[in-house]
Amino acid sequence: MSARLQDLSSYEYVLPGSAACAGCPSSIALRLVGKALGENAVMVMTPSCAVASTGPLPHSCYNVPALNVCFASAGAAAGGLSLALEAQYEKGRLQGEMPTVFTWVGDGGTYDIGLQGLSAAAERNDNFIHFCYNNEAYSNTGMQRSGATPMHAVTTTTPLGKENPRKNLAMIMLRQEIPYMATASLSYPMDLYRKVVKAKSIKGFKYIEIHAPCAPGWKFATADTVEIGRLAVRSGAWLLWEAENGQVAVSSPTSQFTEGKAQPIPMIDYIGKQGRFAHLLKRDDQDAVLEEMRAAVLRDIRRLAENVNG
Amino acid sequence: MSKILNTGNGACAMAVKAAKVDIIAAYPITPQTSIAEKLAAYVAQGEMDAKYLPVESEHSVMSASAAASAAGARTFTATSSQGLLYMHEVLHYTAGGRLPLVIANVNRAICAPWCLYVDHQDAVSQRDTGWIQFFVSTIQEIYDTILLAYKVTEQIEIPVMVNYDGFLLSHSMMPFEPADQALVDAFLPAYEPNWRLHPQWGGTFGNVAPADEYTAHRRRLAEDLEKAKELIESEARNFQDLIGRWHGGLLDWQGPGDAEVLLVSMGSMASEVQLAVQLLERHGIRAAGLRIRVFRPFPREALARIIPAGAKVLVFDRNHAYGTGGGALLSEIKAALYDRRDNIQITGRVMGVGGEDLPASLLASQALEMWEELNR
Repeated sequence: MSARLQDLSSYEYVLPGSAACAGCPSSIALRLVGKALGENAVMVMTPSCAVASTGPLPHSCYNVPALNVCFASAGAAAGGLSLALEAQYEKGRLQGEMPTVFTWVGDGGTYDIGLQGLSAAAERNDNFIHFCYNNEAYSNTGMQRSGATPMHAVTTTTPLGKENPRKNLAMIMLRQEIPYMATASLSYPMDLYRKVVKAKSIKGFKYIEIHAPCAPGWKFATADTVEIGRLAVRSGAWLLWEAENGQVAVSSPTSQFTEGKAQPIPMIDYIGKQGRFAHLLKRDDQDAVLEEMRAAVLRDIRRLAENVNG
Repeated sequence: MSKILNTGNGACAMAVKAAKVDIIAAYPITPQTSIAEKLAAYVAQGEMDAKYLPVESEHSVMSASAAASAAGARTFTATSSQGLLYMHEVLHYTAGGRLPLVIANVNRAICAPWCLYVDHQDAVSQRDTGWIQFFVSTIQEIYDTILLAYKVTEQIEIPVMVNYDGFLLSHSMMPFEPADQALVDAFLPAYEPNWRLHPQWGGTFGNVAPADEYTAHRRRLAEDLEKAKELIESEARNFQDLIGRWHGGLLDWQGPGDAEVLLVSMGSMASEVQLAVQLLERHGIRAAGLRIRVFRPFPREALARIIPAGAKVLVFDRNHAYGTGGGALLSEIKAALYDRRDNIQITGRVMGVGGEDLPASLLASQALEMWEELNR
């Protein structure tokens, strides 16, 4: 039996007064995550838009206890927090059910500066959920390229478009053989909700990466966050899947591509709506570039399918 | 209790066990490593009811420790040299975050070039992080100061670094007396924090602060570090009352009370200074050792009170304060005594860097040279 959006808890992690931009994907995704995790949870953050939009001390828009620690610190801090709480529950100094420890970290804090500590936490199987809300750049500092920025995207540090493809961190995490990992999108809320509920029920290290289209960074209208996220999935630019102990299962609608039941929509339908790719459409060789992008998507879909069978 | 023979690192691990620490995050580095190994063994053998988190770097050590302390756990770690430097960002964070913590820093030179042996550059480079910094000089003092450090950090909510010299204290053996567990428990009861990072307490920690909030918060840290001096002295007296040992409060005058030549140092060098003082006596110089036990907060008032008018102050620094012409201790002591304006003379030498051996004869001859310079 699958839940419906209107059946979700009315509990809110993000309260009115957040300083986030209109249409902020972090706020949308964190609200959904909060409905799945509930009140008994503790959040670890690292410098990001999500922190900058908290609201100035002593105020906070977050309705869940939160620790904003140093940029490279997410994995170690969440691991230390989880173990320190466990020690105190075991010694009887804290009573009741142990809270869910989770991180709320951007792609910079996950793919780049935080990767060493995060990979080590995965290897130790520390008991927390790492959430990466992936808006594909350092948006808090004004949209610089990160390891998650896709090829050709213009950022303030790739003014001619990024020359390298993004790091495939989900595949790296898959190879770490963690108890549970998933990719998700805020545009598929019930899929995201189900994955968070699943992660909450599993002890050990969990990784959930949420694709998070950023209106000011990617240059699209603020009302279109959810639509752009949906087009990313429908074009195959973002693939939805999960893996329990290394066993891959592809989520709908990505599963229609891996099973050969449907083809992704053309890349132009996704990138054509974003200012960060506008330069491509002025190039004489735009058809060839779009064809290359399409080929990369089809290759990623094929490799994902191979992991299901393997 | 009767005396036992152990290394400085062994004594340190025994004190951490006696303090009933809840969680240890650690990463190996020479000459600290045997503390981390011993604590891992205590936990594995069930001799210590604690969690052990084997992280992948010192930056992660301090990140994990910060979050563990925020959760309300009694937290310990140890490091040396590059490890302490790698923690630097998070050292500032933990002091600013007012997170009680104790770290043993086994002093070692820093690169480049690489050097395994003792000096104080690692710790002195952290002097403005807002941490309390002890420098101890015997293995007994390592054991006792770890316990004192928890008593201090949990009351004033400022993290404490206990420094001791690599190899000279960490790996050499000296007889020392552990404390009876019942006495340790009486001195250091279980930690009950005012706040925990937990749904029962709530709150957003480490939020973005506007200038007025930030200024007030950082000023409170500076003011509370000043208050820490009185707390350290009173808790050192409580420790003496209960467990019967005294290593000095903020500083330790070692030698004749009427000495007018003072040899100032930190760490194990102070033990050798006591022998140097005897050598100077043969030259007709009435000298005493003055050991700075607490480097941060710096004991300005105690120094100004204790040093007699007309004294000659000879400072031995096991570090460089680059660009100042001397070491950090020399600058600190000059600054602390500037307001006296009663003809105190102060000079110093940087010695013992990178493990340079400092026998009493060398310290005495250098003291004599400095004394002659001041008399010129």
